[in-house]
Amino acid sequence: MNYLGIDIGSTCAKTVVMDSDKHILEYFFLPTGWSSFDALDRIKGQLSESADLDNVFCVSTGYGREAVSFANKTITEITCHAKGAQYLFGDTPMNVIDIGGQDTKVISVSKGRVEEFFMNDKCSAGTGKFVEVMANRLGVPTNDLNRLAENHTEDLKISSMCTVFAESEIISLAGKGESRENIAYGILDSVANKVRTLYSRLSDDDRPVYLTGGLCEADYFLKLLSDIIGHEVKTLPLARYAGALGAAVLSVEKFG
Amino acid sequence: MRLIDELPEVFESFAEQRKKSFIKVKELKEQGIPIVGSYCTYFPKELAMAAGAAPVSLCSTSDETIVDAEKDLPKNLCPLIKSSYGFAKTDKCPFFYFSDVIVGETTCDGKKKMYEIMNELKEVFLLRLPHKQDEAAVREYRNEMVRFKEYLENKFERTISEDDIRAAVHLNNRTNRAMKDLYGVMRHDPCPITGYELFKVLYGSTFRFDRLELTEEIEEMTARIEKEYEEGKNIGKRPRIIITGCPIGGATEKVIRAVEENGGVIVGYENCNGEKAVGLEVSEDTDDIYEAVARRYLNIGCSVMSPNPNRFKVLGEMIDEFHADGVLEMDLQACLTYDVESRNIRKFVTEEKNIPYLKVETDYSQSDVGQLNTRIAAFIEMM
Repeated sequence: MNYLGIDIGSTCAKTVVMDSDKHILEYFFLPTGWSSFDALDRIKGQLSESADLDNVFCVSTGYGREAVSFANKTITEITCHAKGAQYLFGDTPMNVIDIGGQDTKVISVSKGRVEEFFMNDKCSAGTGKFVEVMANRLGVPTNDLNRLAENHTEDLKISSMCTVFAESEIISLAGKGESRENIAYGILDSVANKVRTLYSRLSDDDRPVYLTGGLCEADYFLKLLSDIIGHEVKTLPLARYAGALGAAVLSVEKFG
Repeated sequence: MRLIDELPEVFESFAEQRKKSFIKVKELKEQGIPIVGSYCTYFPKELAMAAGAAPVSLCSTSDETIVDAEKDLPKNLCPLIKSSYGFAKTDKCPFFYFSDVIVGETTCDGKKKMYEIMNELKEVFLLRLPHKQDEAAVREYRNEMVRFKEYLENKFERTISEDDIRAAVHLNNRTNRAMKDLYGVMRHDPCPITGYELFKVLYGSTFRFDRLELTEEIEEMTARIEKEYEEGKNIGKRPRIIITGCPIGGATEKVIRAVEENGGVIVGYENCNGEKAVGLEVSEDTDDIYEAVARRYLNIGCSVMSPNPNRFKVLGEMIDEFHADGVLEMDLQACLTYDVESRNIRKFVTEEKNIPYLKVETDYSQSDVGQLNTRIAAFIEMM
């Protein structure tokens, strides 16, 4: 019997398969696309035999968690990220920052349990969506933003918090001949500042800080975020899968 | 009414009460009974009752009229104020339409300024509520009670005697006690009924005009819930949540549903639906009945008070009494006083009572149901 964690986010769908000893057997991610149900079909197509659907326990999470009809349980991404962070970073009390496609959250975690959390409000500033929209505007893939920003020559500030207004601000900056590198910096700086506002609400902001979610491979962003919140923010390549990892671990713990 | 139905059906009939009372209020008018509409739990309903009038709450709970309200009011204002004004302006609320007197009060800035504009639609009597709770404030509010009584006497061309007031106080105390006993059933763990069922009764009751009959029904209902509980009926063990913050009703019932559909149970309402509305009684053993009424209402721990110690005291007592596992604060968008006070409520709940606390901010739209669900489900998963 194996254990499946599926995290269908607004942008990416992440899947992790574990055995009963919590060893990772398989993991992958797919773009969610227009529908969680469609994403689920593609996940099923890609799963190898290690996850025979008739023979697994599955926990689903993320905003599309309800779409996973065969899930034995749905658990929110907040709880799953805490669990995933414990799997990746250990038992020590920590703060986890997750920059997701439509939600950014900060979570205080101890031994895999959520102690406190805050999320962004209805607005998309400071989320992955913000980064995606802005990268589009600059005509580069989202992943290139990090490289571009690293080579900036000026600490450019984007003052609009709203995604729509920030986009027009970028258009006018580009119109004035501002370099892509400086604008890319402005975009990441804006995200990091928005995250800091959320982070500063935590009762104990003096703990080891870990980043999960889609931006955890962006090393320059990580440095920028560390400078802005005044703590070294650490991460691991697998941290992109924290939600799905947590879901798989919870599947083992609940059904194993 | 005899309790011949199953309890869930009885709860459901309370949920329908607001609509049922549309006809009732028209009948009352035809019988010559004046209607006094109000917007706040600081409104001393005993004085309206003593005048032989029927008090009714006009607080609006749907986003239907917000677009109309935003022609006159700022967009970034609390939805309760916008909706209430919108219903008055568009004449879509039968209770407003039939009200002979509208009573406003100087609670928050948004409301008191809105009443100035509402006054153009229908005369609003404005109760000047002090924002502190010392003896000087009691004297001040006592004078307001007398001024309000005199206003009612002039308006309805009748005299209100102290005995009339004492009789109303006596009845309303009994009603409040009955309500408080009703939600006392939530002390049981597991709970006998859901928090949503309790809410339907608390909310529906505010639209009942037959106060004595209502009181007897509630007393009977409590006895029946206790009896069925002893016989083994309950909803099973669930994480126990206390709601605090702004009033809930209509559109914002989404918050109650989010708690209970995600496996929790609401064991108490430290807001205008529960404790703030019926948790206090007017002292009957007193020479100055106006002072007693003023004192009872002024003691409500609303965030418009500064400082506001009673909210912390009552919330703390409720957490202990109802064995709460967590406190969920629901604040309406742009409600500054609750929003600012939430910082200290959070500290109190998490540091002194050592249980989790979550604040959600919402409005009368249904666009955030998904986000509310995720936050509230995660909150319940913490327990």
